[in-house]
Amino acid sequence: MKRSKFIDNLFSRATLRGITAIVIFVLIWEFGARSEELTGWRMPFLGLVPAPSAVAASWAGLLGDPSYWQSWYMSFLRVFGGFTAAMLLGIPLGLFMAINKTFHGLYFPTFEIMRPIPPLAWVPASIIFWPTQELSIAFVTFLGAFYTIVLNVLGGAKSINKQYLQAAQSMGASQWDIFRRIVLPATLPSIVVGSAVGMGITWEVVVAAEMISGGGASGGAGGGLGFFIWSSYVGGSYEQIVVGMISIGIAGYFSSELLRQLGGFFTPWLKTR
Amino acid sequence: MSAVMDEKPVQQVTKGAIKIDDVVKIYDPDGAAVMAVDHCSIDIPAGEICMIVGPSGCGKTTLLNAIAGFHGITSGSIHLDGELLCGPGKPQAVPGSDRIVVFQNGALFPWKTNLENIAFGPMMAGKMSKAEIYDKARGMMADAGLSGTENNYPGEVSSGLRRRVEIVRALMNDPKVLLFDEPYRALDSLTKSVMHEALLEIYYRNKVTIFFITHDLEEAIFLGHRLIIMSSRPCKPKKIVEVDIPHPRDYSALTSTRFREIMQEAKGVVNEEAQKAFDAGEKEG
Repeated sequence: MKRSKFIDNLFSRATLRGITAIVIFVLIWEFGARSEELTGWRMPFLGLVPAPSAVAASWAGLLGDPSYWQSWYMSFLRVFGGFTAAMLLGIPLGLFMAINKTFHGLYFPTFEIMRPIPPLAWVPASIIFWPTQELSIAFVTFLGAFYTIVLNVLGGAKSINKQYLQAAQSMGASQWDIFRRIVLPATLPSIVVGSAVGMGITWEVVVAAEMISGGGASGGAGGGLGFFIWSSYVGGSYEQIVVGMISIGIAGYFSSELLRQLGGFFTPWLKTR
Repeated sequence: MSAVMDEKPVQQVTKGAIKIDDVVKIYDPDGAAVMAVDHCSIDIPAGEICMIVGPSGCGKTTLLNAIAGFHGITSGSIHLDGELLCGPGKPQAVPGSDRIVVFQNGALFPWKTNLENIAFGPMMAGKMSKAEIYDKARGMMADAGLSGTENNYPGEVSSGLRRRVEIVRALMNDPKVLLFDEPYRALDSLTKSVMHEALLEIYYRNKVTIFFITHDLEEAIFLGHRLIIMSSRPCKPKKIVEVDIPHPRDYSALTSTRFREIMQEAKGVVNEEAQKAFDAGEKEG
């Protein structure tokens, strides 16, 4: 049942439209990149970009290169490390701020002052704080998701319909039951949204942090996709820059899709709306 | 009157008598004392469907919340079967499963299926095994015409059905009193009349005391044994109307001569209070 639905989706109108759009985009890009050799007139902007065919050729060469996959692996590791830490710390912190007014009063002002500081502004301080470069990058990545997750959890937990709490109280639920069976599930949709937004920011941050920090502990191979782009730029391989960019797009898409699936699994009642 | 009483299954009910005695509730937001309930006394015998009728914002819900234990009272007392819920030395009642509220907008937990919602109270009470609770829940759902929706989430069924699930969830706690806070307000009038009959049916099967807030006079007369018509803010009983139409009732009661006579009797008072509430609102604005 589920599989056939998946196949239906695969050949649906929406999928066809998506594929058509990508094909047209690639064709225009190919023409633009080769405009000078084809017509003698160089298309602005696109004329300077490597052609998709060249990018694909470069990519094909990289598919067998372990250091390219090592870049994927490193970036994913950092994203999931930072993101997981942000979830583990951010969700309890947001919930606790929502249910404890004293703690909210004590912590929230500091939180709000720290929040506007862009994660990348933390890079130098982070390098000083943390013993290894790996930890510095993970920390900056963590910050990217942390604030968003805390804010969403806090907002979600505070906007719970008061009548759910009253109803549960009337039916004899203890404080712990109310937290576990009412507050937590009622906040889950906000946790899912916060995580999805946080995940997006995590990818932005990790790539920039990798570019800034350089190759990492294990030389160029440990640099991640951000460093892959940067070293391609320094090495003058423009095709590889584009390969790196598209790789990040694909990696981000898979991360978000994974989160969507997980979110849907944890909030089955929302599918019915 | 006595002939009517004899027909009522209500006679057998021995639990759920509410005595509201001289209750005052003053809200004090920012030092501006606002009196919501003004020396209000109502005596509700066990098993009665008591309709509290009054204009919007007159303080009816304040009274309901005081019985449920969601907030305290300033003075006076409320007893349930002779036991003090709140009063001198105990400003706020403790919420409990003997008094369950059916809320205006519904408070079914959207993340639980209908069956899980209905099982929630007994699960919290922990007096029965899970299997027993779910058996009982399925049985009560079947009685209320809810079979087949056990594994649906509340968001998947119609609003009328949701209300029914909520009433069954309340009844699962074996309450002495059901407190209704305008539960059918948002429903269209056709769904409403279906819900009224369904509620009466449930009532005839599970006799409990019903404290029902509404501003819909037709609803009040169709369902209630008695109407307590409240004055506009501060809220206080203005007139009590006995509805001597025999139970069990069905929709044909709506077109009976007696129904129209009672409507006539109640309408004048209700309109007067509504006009007062409206004028007061205009002055404030």
